[in-house]
Amino acid sequence: MDFFVDSLLSAILLLGSLDPELLEIIGVSLKVSSTSTLIASLVGIPAGFLITFRAFRGKALLITVLNTLLALPTVVIGLFVYAFISRRGIFGHLDLLYTQEAMIIGQVILIIPIVTTFTISAVSRIDERYRETALTLGANALQTAWIVFREARFGLVAAVIMAFGRVIAEVGISMMLGGNAKGFTRNMTTAMALEYDKGEFILSVALGIVLLTVSFGMNIIFHYFQGKTRV
Amino acid sequence: MMKKRGFLIILALVFCLMTLGSRSDAEEKVIKMSTTTSTENSGLLDVLLPVLKKDTGISVKVFAKGTGASIRDGMDGNVDVIFVHAKTREEKFVTEGYGTQRYAVMHNDFVILGPASDPAGIRGKKDAATALKRIAEAKAKFVSRGDDSGTHTKEQQLWEATGLPLKTETKEIVKKGKKRKVSFKSPGGIGQWYFSIGQGMGKALIFAEEKQAYTLADRGTFLNYKLGRKQGLDLDVLCEGDPALFNPYGVIPVNPKKYPHVKYEMAETFAKWLVSPKAQSLIANYKIQGQQAFFPDAVPVPVAKSD
Repeated sequence: MDFFVDSLLSAILLLGSLDPELLEIIGVSLKVSSTSTLIASLVGIPAGFLITFRAFRGKALLITVLNTLLALPTVVIGLFVYAFISRRGIFGHLDLLYTQEAMIIGQVILIIPIVTTFTISAVSRIDERYRETALTLGANALQTAWIVFREARFGLVAAVIMAFGRVIAEVGISMMLGGNAKGFTRNMTTAMALEYDKGEFILSVALGIVLLTVSFGMNIIFHYFQGKTRV
Repeated sequence: MMKKRGFLIILALVFCLMTLGSRSDAEEKVIKMSTTTSTENSGLLDVLLPVLKKDTGISVKVFAKGTGASIRDGMDGNVDVIFVHAKTREEKFVTEGYGTQRYAVMHNDFVILGPASDPAGIRGKKDAATALKRIAEAKAKFVSRGDDSGTHTKEQQLWEATGLPLKTETKEIVKKGKKRKVSFKSPGGIGQWYFSIGQGMGKALIFAEEKQAYTLADRGTFLNYKLGRKQGLDLDVLCEGDPALFNPYGVIPVNPKKYPHVKYEMAETFAKWLVSPKAQSLIANYKIQGQQAFFPDAVPVPVAKSD
C-alpha cells in the first residue's frame, strides 16, 4: 500500500515543483504526439471522405486492409521505418534516426488507419439524405463534403481523440525511432520504461499518473471544442 | 457404455493430475537470478548454465536487466541470487543485509569507443579520464547508457575523475513516507552533444554507431557487436587498458533472513559453483570472436590456447 501512496505523493511533488526535466519530457510527448495527430488527421479525414463517397474497385478490400492495420504493432512500424532511415538505409544520409521527426513519422503511420477508419464509420452513419439534399440544392462536391463534415463532427473529433490517445500512450515507436535520449527524444512513456528498468518504480508510477493527468486535460479541451461546435 | 466412458475420463484426469504433480517436482530445482545484460548478451550464461545443470541439477531462470534493476530485484526479494557488476553497490547490498556474501567471480574491462574519424583526438590515450575530458572539451557526441547500470555507474566515476564541473540533477521523490533524492551526474551538454539514452549496452552501441558518437562499453558486448554480426559495428576502440576501466563481476545470494522464501541453499550452491575451478576455467576459456572476454577472479586458471 505504501507503494501507491509514495507514488502518488511523488507525482504531486514532481508536478508541484515544476521539475524542469519533467516538463521537458511532457513537452516532448505533447509536441511529438500533437504533430503526428495533426498530420494524420490532415491525411486520414480527407481519405476517409474519399473512400466513403467514391465508388471504386477494391473498396471493400481497402477497408478490410485499413481495419487490419488498426492492429499494427508499434514494433513492426518501428522496424520498418528504422530500416529506411538508419545510416545503412535508403534515407540514412538525412540523419533522421533518433530524432523527434523519426518518432513523428512512425506515429503518423500508426494512426492514419485509426483516423481513416473512424472517419469512414462516422461519415457513413450520416443520413444519406443530407448529401442528396445538398447536392439537389446545387452544392458542389466540396460544399457537400462540408455539410457532411459538420454533421459528422462528433465522430470525427472522436477519431482524433482516439488517435491522440494512441500515440501519447505508445512506447514501441518512441523507443525504437526516438531512442529515449534525454533532452532530445525522451517522452513520458520511454521515461517510464527507463525508470522501471532502473528499478525506480516510484518515479515510473509517478510519471504514469502525470501521463493520465495530461491525457485527461487534453480530453477536457477536446470536449470543450466539441461543445462549442454543437451550437 | 456411458459409465465406462465416464470412468475412463476420470482415469485420464487423474493421470493428468499425477503427471502435473511429478512435473512440478522435477521443476523444483529452479532458482531465479537477476543479472546485468552483459552476462546474457555476451553469451557467457549460455555456456555456464547447461554445465551447472549437469553438475548440480539446478536450472536458473535469468532476468537480464541493468545492474540497478537487478540489485532492486534482490532488495525486493523477487529473485534468489543476483549477478552484477558495481562493486561498491554490491558491498552496500551485503552490508545492508539484503545479501549474504559477495563472491568475486570475474572481471572484464571497459573500452572507450568512437568513430574512426576521432573528432576529439583520443586515439591511443592511456588515461580514460583524459580521453573523456577531451571529448567534453571538443563537445563531440557522446552516448551514455544513462540507465543506472554498472556501465553507467562506471561512466559517472570516470567523469568525476576528469575534474570537469559536473552537472548533478536531483529529483525529489517520496519513499516510505519520507522525501528522498535521486541524483544523476553528467558533464552537461544534454540536448547538445551528450545523449543519455537510458537503454542497454547493445542499444547504446547501435545509437553511438548511428550518430557516430563516442561511448563507453564493456569489451564483451563490443566484441559481439563488432565481430559477431554480419555488418560489424562501425566504431573503433580508441582508449583501453587504463586500470580505471576495470569491471569486476560479483554474485550474491539474497539473504534468507530478509526474505525467508528465497531458495538460499540452491543460490549458495550456484554461487560456490561459479567460483569453483571448473566454472572459472569455463569462464577463462570463453571466447568471443576468438578473444578472451572475461578474466576469472576466484582461482587462477591457465587459459587454453586455441585458434
